[in-house]
Amino acid sequence: MSYSLLAADGSGFTSPGPGDFEYPPLFGAGTFFTKPMLIIVLASLAVALFFYLAARRAVVVPGKLQFLGESVYGFVRNGIALDTMGRQGLKYAPYLTTLFAFIVTLNLSGIIPLLQFPATSRMAIPAFLAVISWVIFNSIGIKRHGFVGYFKAMMFPPGIPKLVYLILAPIEFASTIIIRPVTLAFRLTFNMFAGHLVLLLFILGGEYLVFHKGGIVGIGAGSVSLLGSIVLTFFEGFVQILQAYVFVLLTALYIGGALADEH
Amino acid sequence: MSLTILALQLAAKDEPSPLFPHPSELIVGLVAFTLLFLFLRAKVFPMFEKVYSERHEAIEGGLERAKKAEEEAEAALAQYREQLAEARHEASRLREDAREQGAAIIVEMREQAQSEARRITELAHQQLEADKQQAINQLRTQVGSLAVELASRIIGEALQDDSRQRRVVDRFLEEIESGSGDSADSAGAGASASGPGTPAGSGKSGGDKA
Repeated sequence: MSYSLLAADGSGFTSPGPGDFEYPPLFGAGTFFTKPMLIIVLASLAVALFFYLAARRAVVVPGKLQFLGESVYGFVRNGIALDTMGRQGLKYAPYLTTLFAFIVTLNLSGIIPLLQFPATSRMAIPAFLAVISWVIFNSIGIKRHGFVGYFKAMMFPPGIPKLVYLILAPIEFASTIIIRPVTLAFRLTFNMFAGHLVLLLFILGGEYLVFHKGGIVGIGAGSVSLLGSIVLTFFEGFVQILQAYVFVLLTALYIGGALADEH
Repeated sequence: MSLTILALQLAAKDEPSPLFPHPSELIVGLVAFTLLFLFLRAKVFPMFEKVYSERHEAIEGGLERAKKAEEEAEAALAQYREQLAEARHEASRLREDAREQGAAIIVEMREQAQSEARRITELAHQQLEADKQQAINQLRTQVGSLAVELASRIIGEALQDDSRQRRVVDRFLEEIESGSGDSADSAGAGASASGPGTPAGSGKSGGDKA
């Protein structure tokens, strides 16, 4: 194995790799439902339940749960939608909030006991979310400026020497149409992927060192590794929230850019 | 699974590539996300928006009410100040008026008093004049009758010497002094007869005679 960390003997440690992200079907061979899908379903239900209970009896003076739900909504609505787009961003606050809640829950499933797998590290989830964002901001741009107007504003921003357009136009086109969705999806996927891999490495490696390697060195190093995994778990939690925020913020910025009169 | 993924997996030799989306995950994820979005959009966010606007309304309304109350208080204060200033002005105006009126009254009173005094003085003068005139008239009539009597006495006696003559005169004067009742009565009757009639005319005639 090219990934082996401590290949001293035959029964050596197999380091975690992309294979650890592939789960067998939960209900035996032939069925399609896997752990990441279960996480997706549970997370969606949890988000729906949380917001439903928070908003069920919404009153002017909120209770704790309502306050919590409003805080999440208000964070995205005021902190992202209104800040990036102004009053016209209010229309997109529901979508952006759903996006944020969905991503952050799936991200955090990576450090929630028993689940312990970030479903967003599966390419499929960020991919379709990025595609939805892509469709939204492009269709808004086209609706706002017309098909030609949108691409003209995108590729030929005014106030630049004519010759520069030769380089600028293809770059702008590629940036907006191709690079934006790809980076959106990849950034999220591989942040989660790498974070999960590092956690796996620290935990499985520590476990191996303590229980299989043994000895003063093994137990000592393994303990450090396991303790480090706790610290890393908190760090992961931070990264998971941050990446959800980044995804939503970028989506909002793209929508805002499409809405803007000057590109 | 699509062919491409299969091919890539084969190429990676049992190491499935994390780069390519798993179709069933894609479907489950998409369905879950769509349902979640539709649910939240229908049931949750409108409630939050409603509460936001209500809260906004409540706060804004409260602020507006407070502002209005403040404005009212200020207006009332301004009105009171104005009224106070007006009242002060009015008071000073009244004081001024009173002073002027007082001064006017004093002047008027003084004039009245002066005219009264003048009138009284005038009256007194007239009275005095009348009395004087009466006295003169009385005197004139008495002097006339006395002179006539004296003359008749002198003529009645034989006027030979001076001593006799002096005696006659002295006696006459004594008579006048002692028996003034007779002559005074006659003089008074004469005065009363001529006095009320035409004192000015008699005075004039008396003057002419004199």
